[in-house]
Amino acid sequence: MPALAVFVAFGVIPLAGVLFLSFTSWDGLGDIQLSGLTSWQAVLGDPGLLHALWVTLLVMAASWAVQTPASILIGVFLAGRQRYRALLAVLYFIPLLLSSAAIAIAYKALLDPNFGLGAGLHIGLLTQDWLGEPVLAFSVVIFAVSWQFIPFHSLIYQGGVRQIPRSMYEAAELDGAGRVRRFFSITLPQLKYTIITSSTLMVVGSLTFFDLIFVLTAGGPGDATRVLALDMYKRGFQANLMGPASAIAVILVLVGLALALLLRRLGGGDAGASQMEGA
Amino acid sequence: MGLTHTTGLKRTAPAETERRRPRPGSERPNWLGGAAGWLWLAIVIVPVYWIFITSFKAQSSYYATNPLVPPAEPTLANYRLVIESDFPLYFLNSLIVTVGAVVPAVAVAFMAAYAIVRGGAHRFLRGVNSLFLMGLAIPLQATIIPIYLIIIRLHLYDSLAALILPSIAFAIPLSVLILANFIRDVPKELFESMRLDGAGEMTTLWRLAFPLTLPAVVTVTIYNALTIWNGFLLPLILTQSPDKRTLPLALWTFQGQYSVNVPAVLASVVLTTLPILILYVVGRRQLLSGLTAGFGK
Repeated sequence: MPALAVFVAFGVIPLAGVLFLSFTSWDGLGDIQLSGLTSWQAVLGDPGLLHALWVTLLVMAASWAVQTPASILIGVFLAGRQRYRALLAVLYFIPLLLSSAAIAIAYKALLDPNFGLGAGLHIGLLTQDWLGEPVLAFSVVIFAVSWQFIPFHSLIYQGGVRQIPRSMYEAAELDGAGRVRRFFSITLPQLKYTIITSSTLMVVGSLTFFDLIFVLTAGGPGDATRVLALDMYKRGFQANLMGPASAIAVILVLVGLALALLLRRLGGGDAGASQMEGA
Repeated sequence: MGLTHTTGLKRTAPAETERRRPRPGSERPNWLGGAAGWLWLAIVIVPVYWIFITSFKAQSSYYATNPLVPPAEPTLANYRLVIESDFPLYFLNSLIVTVGAVVPAVAVAFMAAYAIVRGGAHRFLRGVNSLFLMGLAIPLQATIIPIYLIIIRLHLYDSLAALILPSIAFAIPLSVLILANFIRDVPKELFESMRLDGAGEMTTLWRLAFPLTLPAVVTVTIYNALTIWNGFLLPLILTQSPDKRTLPLALWTFQGQYSVNVPAVLASVVLTTLPILILYVVGRRQLLSGLTAGFGK
């Protein structure tokens, strides 16, 4: 099982390794020395960590709240019949093809207060120091993230909608249920497991928004967009404090696992059963 | 994952089955979904359009012209500037890393998925399967420090191999999940008749399961290629010298270097995206149906 070997070497061992390293002091170059709980004390006693955790949770909640309704609506739309579907599918998917670095670079230029879109079109509303104000920068991050990932999640919902038996809609139609009514009484409940799948990916994925934020705002202005992953990078690879950085990595994993389990619990822990339907 | 073989291979082509199915008559158009769809299209297209047209503008006209109007005199100067820099080298690096990681990743993931499906009752395999599933929840970032340590200890730091090995590892869980879902749909009778003909496991794997699940293989190949091609964190941390840079990292440094020449930076964005766009256009149908089947159920 070569798959297992590679995965264990670079997936599982590092996971154990990161736990181990969180109990050491290491500068990234020299020897590794056990230092007990000092790294954890340094991290947990640091208001910066709480802030980063808070920003991470905010990003998670905001990006979920923006992406989920939009993805469901677009997914439902795409699952229906419309002209230009092939063209739409190509265009919709473009944001996913761009790398986070490319997206961040493009948005940075696009939102430049002096030479960006707003200044070029002379629209005052768009001519703001988007990345210089904490609230604005945070909103830009959420927007850029949604821009990148809504296509993916709407695709998941499109697949989910396609699996809903048509007969349910036909029955509802005979009962005189309108489109909105059908959406809320059939589509949404039937999408329950799709919503859980998509939300799990979204929530766990939001812990990994590193590239985009790193290139777009580098965590700034101030620490307004300094999420945990970025905090870890800065401590570990810029300040050479691998011990505390590892502690943050452990926190990242714990938060991710906790949220994934929570979402699974919400789904009744039986997501497998739903997959039989509509085949 | 409780699929039985009765569902057969229909799943591999949901788009086709859907199209043939007659729709109940006079459906009114879905206004709300439609509005969201078109609004979203505009949101997606404007930045992409802007990136594209700006990359053909001369640096001087970039500041002077309306940003949404195509250049009066399109120029390839930005592209020339980019291509004459070290861009081809970065491109080659990205290509080596992507191909070097995707091919083995998909091959080993396929074998693993096959083993998990065919010998699913075995306790060891069940454990392996849950381990892979757990892997889906591990963020790459969380393990980057030990990976960094391992790569240094293996004396691979600042080499392309340093990027390839972890990329393979992180491509495996999702690939196994998707491939296993598809292999499960291959009717059991086919495996049995193959065995009666005296074929070994390896023959069955490559002669029967592989061709039958080719759409899924294409899906995971494209998906992994996309992820690895666009990877930023591994190159940022595991390489150092400029001649080991891959494209996303090069974009980032390029941006610092040419911060005043926005059209040139955007030209490099376009060039970086082009290969993956071509790959996507070629394999789109497979990718979309594979992903919807892999996640949507």
